[in-house]
Amino acid sequence: MTVTLTVNGADHALEVDPSTPLLYVLRDDLELNGAKYGCGLGQCGACTVHIDGKPAFSCLTPVGAVAGRRIRTVEGLGSAEAPGLLQQAFEKEQAAQCGYCIAGMIMRAQALLDRVPDPDEAQIRAHMQTNLCRCGTHMRILRAVRRAVAMRKGVQAAQEVRP
Amino acid sequence: MSPVLSPLSRRSFLTGGALVVSFALVPKAFAQLAGGGEGGTGPAVVAPDLKGSLKSTPWLDAWIRIEADGRVTVFTGKVELGQGIRTALTQVAAEELDIPPAAITLVTADTERTPDEGLTAGSHSMQDSGTAIQNAAANVRMLLAAEAARVWNLPADQVTTGGDARLRAPDGRTLPYGEVAARLSLHVQAVPDAPLRKPSDYRTLGQELPRVDIPAKLTGGAAYLHDMRLPGMLHARVVRGPSVGTGLQSPDIDAVARMPGVVKIVRQGRFLAVVAERQWTAIQAMRHLQRAAYERTASPLPADGTGDAVVATLKAMPARDIPIMDTSEPAGPAVHSVRARYTRPWISHGSIGPSCAIAQYMEGRMTVWTHSQGTFDVHRVVAELLGLPPEKVHAIHAEGAGCYGQNGADDAAADAAVIARAVPGRPIRLQWMREQEFGWEPLGPGMMTELEAALGADNRIVSWRHAVWSNPHNNRPVGAGGVLAGNEADPPFPVPEGKPIPMPEGDGSRNSNPLYSFANTHVVYHFLKDMPARVSALRSLGAHLNVFSIESMLDELAAGAGIDPLAIRLDHMRDERARDVMQAAADRFGWSKRPRGDGRSGCGMAFARYKNLGAYCAVALEVEVDRETGRTLVRRAVAAVDCGQPANPDGLRNQIEGGLVQSLSWTGREAVRFAADRRASFDWSSYPILRFDDVPGSIEVVVMDRPGVPFLGTAEAAQGPSAAALANAIADATGVRLRDMPLSPDRLKAALGPV
Repeated sequence: MTVTLTVNGADHALEVDPSTPLLYVLRDDLELNGAKYGCGLGQCGACTVHIDGKPAFSCLTPVGAVAGRRIRTVEGLGSAEAPGLLQQAFEKEQAAQCGYCIAGMIMRAQALLDRVPDPDEAQIRAHMQTNLCRCGTHMRILRAVRRAVAMRKGVQAAQEVRP
Repeated sequence: MSPVLSPLSRRSFLTGGALVVSFALVPKAFAQLAGGGEGGTGPAVVAPDLKGSLKSTPWLDAWIRIEADGRVTVFTGKVELGQGIRTALTQVAAEELDIPPAAITLVTADTERTPDEGLTAGSHSMQDSGTAIQNAAANVRMLLAAEAARVWNLPADQVTTGGDARLRAPDGRTLPYGEVAARLSLHVQAVPDAPLRKPSDYRTLGQELPRVDIPAKLTGGAAYLHDMRLPGMLHARVVRGPSVGTGLQSPDIDAVARMPGVVKIVRQGRFLAVVAERQWTAIQAMRHLQRAAYERTASPLPADGTGDAVVATLKAMPARDIPIMDTSEPAGPAVHSVRARYTRPWISHGSIGPSCAIAQYMEGRMTVWTHSQGTFDVHRVVAELLGLPPEKVHAIHAEGAGCYGQNGADDAAADAAVIARAVPGRPIRLQWMREQEFGWEPLGPGMMTELEAALGADNRIVSWRHAVWSNPHNNRPVGAGGVLAGNEADPPFPVPEGKPIPMPEGDGSRNSNPLYSFANTHVVYHFLKDMPARVSALRSLGAHLNVFSIESMLDELAAGAGIDPLAIRLDHMRDERARDVMQAAADRFGWSKRPRGDGRSGCGMAFARYKNLGAYCAVALEVEVDRETGRTLVRRAVAAVDCGQPANPDGLRNQIEGGLVQSLSWTGREAVRFAADRRASFDWSSYPILRFDDVPGSIEVVVMDRPGVPFLGTAEAAQGPSAAALANAIADATGVRLRDMPLSPDRLKAALGPV
């Protein structure tokens, strides 16, 4: 069956079993690396993308259900050469260890930034709760999100106390 | 001091008759230090006078090549695991070559290109590879300067470098490295005393260079093995029962063989896998096969539960007693003594990305891309498993998700190779499913300790007894019997018997020998070779529970005698660097002015030097306890670390922050659950880990400045101290001493009693 997907602004007509989770179509057919297989159960958030502006677990979303809807992946936010706001903030804070969870983290955080102009610490933590990191990079991820908020407001991010 | 030019190639050197004798003359301590220190089959030491991995690979061109056009390639047998080693090693090479880091291409473990440095494990990479590259680069810089001096007809000490990959004469003439290198052979052995650059002249080492691997990880670049797509690649899934020690009874192979898109079903002995054009097809086929009933095929699993359940399982097994430490000194009579038992349940590595591998079998040659910590071990395993000559197997590291020890990576590499052999020509991408990673990876072993210690009238410790019970933590595969596919072959390769790692590194015994000066110290390792659950290395091995036990006991003694926790530690510590690290953490934390335990909040600290050989690390925490729920929140954490010359201070902070959070998760929340016939932890709901709501309010890491001091491994240094600091802070806050991990909300609530 042909499914037409709109990913990062471009349309793709794909011959695919409509029950295939969106994750595998993004990775294997469109060759987008950002969304990762982590659990296939919607428990870790490594596969997070946006569907019509809302964060979604691409590992649980059948591709047939998202035909014609706007899909955004971390590749849609920027590139290594021209990184988007959150990507710049994560780079600045060196907010990755193994980094396997990070594309999902960025997409999750982007959904908050899209909705809330100036989230406080509790809002950020509550919003990020769905996404797992095993390396323990949480503090840097939180700093990166705060930095992105500050960058957007055009002020210098609060400098962390550094030894 | 011109280096000895050898007519022998590396291979003939390693196999040549007369020289082999020198291997046997190498003292045993060197053999232990080579190869990552955590099992695996490290390379033989051939040059004991050299530093780091130069001991086993002394040839400069094995580490550094400089092309005539100036391109510099540096080779390491270690691999990027997310710990930032790629960046740190690049900085080390750039500093000693005195060139910009961006000019370097770093090649990580590849059995046909790089030195064999054994495992990337045990916090050895800076000590092994960092030291080797540092000294190799100093040798190369020395040779380049000598050659330029010859060209200019100057004394060698007149030639300098300026950080721009050019040699300089005092009169301003310069020569590019490439041009000089073209006149030289770097196929020479390193000398042990090539002068290192002075720390005061450092341009790159100690700088906070951004990690080279991060931009791709933030933008969907090709960053992982998981992202590799080779032409004609097929997707495979391996089909197994729910967890190690189970088998499917009669999987419906005929039905799956008829599924459109299924290319092949690979069945050899008890090994079963499906190969399909599309990943989703492979998963659906695997799910269909998994509908078959399963049976338990191995001995019983550990008792489910923590604390007493761990003790019941461990004490029921035959033990071999290994003495670790036995001292006797005159000491005063005991005035105050404490006896306590501490336990840790089985813990999962919990990598966020399930293990993956790609293999291709073509024209009799097998190529395997793996994220194992032991690329060279994968080579040996695959060669034995498939009966291929070693030269027909090529293993290449590509990055995976963080592993924190031996997760499913080695097994997945072997699985992919078995499948690829059955489908010649086509690259096979195999990925484990989430429940396979939880069900089949080796776990971090359950452990227990019993400690008894006594204070004398002068508040000095007059006796210290520490006994630890543990399975081997080192079951790294070095042959086909070490991987699941080997055990499933027909005939099967048997699982090798577990062996302890001898001290000074130790495994279950790691860090059981206190660095403190206690009188009458008696430490014994009750080594348990029979493994009820499949286990292997988990970050810090036995140091997690041993440090937890020692540092909890110190606080128990201190509390009983009314001594400050920092004071009792400093009073028993002679090592100045250890004292400095404790004091630095205490100062930054404001230990002397800390809020005292008031029933709801309190503070705790702990210290260890990893393996008593690696980095020094002290951790102080302030916690807040919700007495209604038993939930403990870390308000703030401070750590101090001394790892010698810091290659990249921000990279070190990242490792310590991460280790601290991960240890809080292990110590505070985690335990693998067991049903009668299978593991009962198979996803993130049956094996919860710390999420954003539960991580500390803040973490500060103080990196001690130690210019030019040898590198000490850091990546595992925070695991033990963080665990003990948590228990100590909870005890300070509530008066309740928790000795059984996890220090979970349920356990604390039960211990606190009715509100």
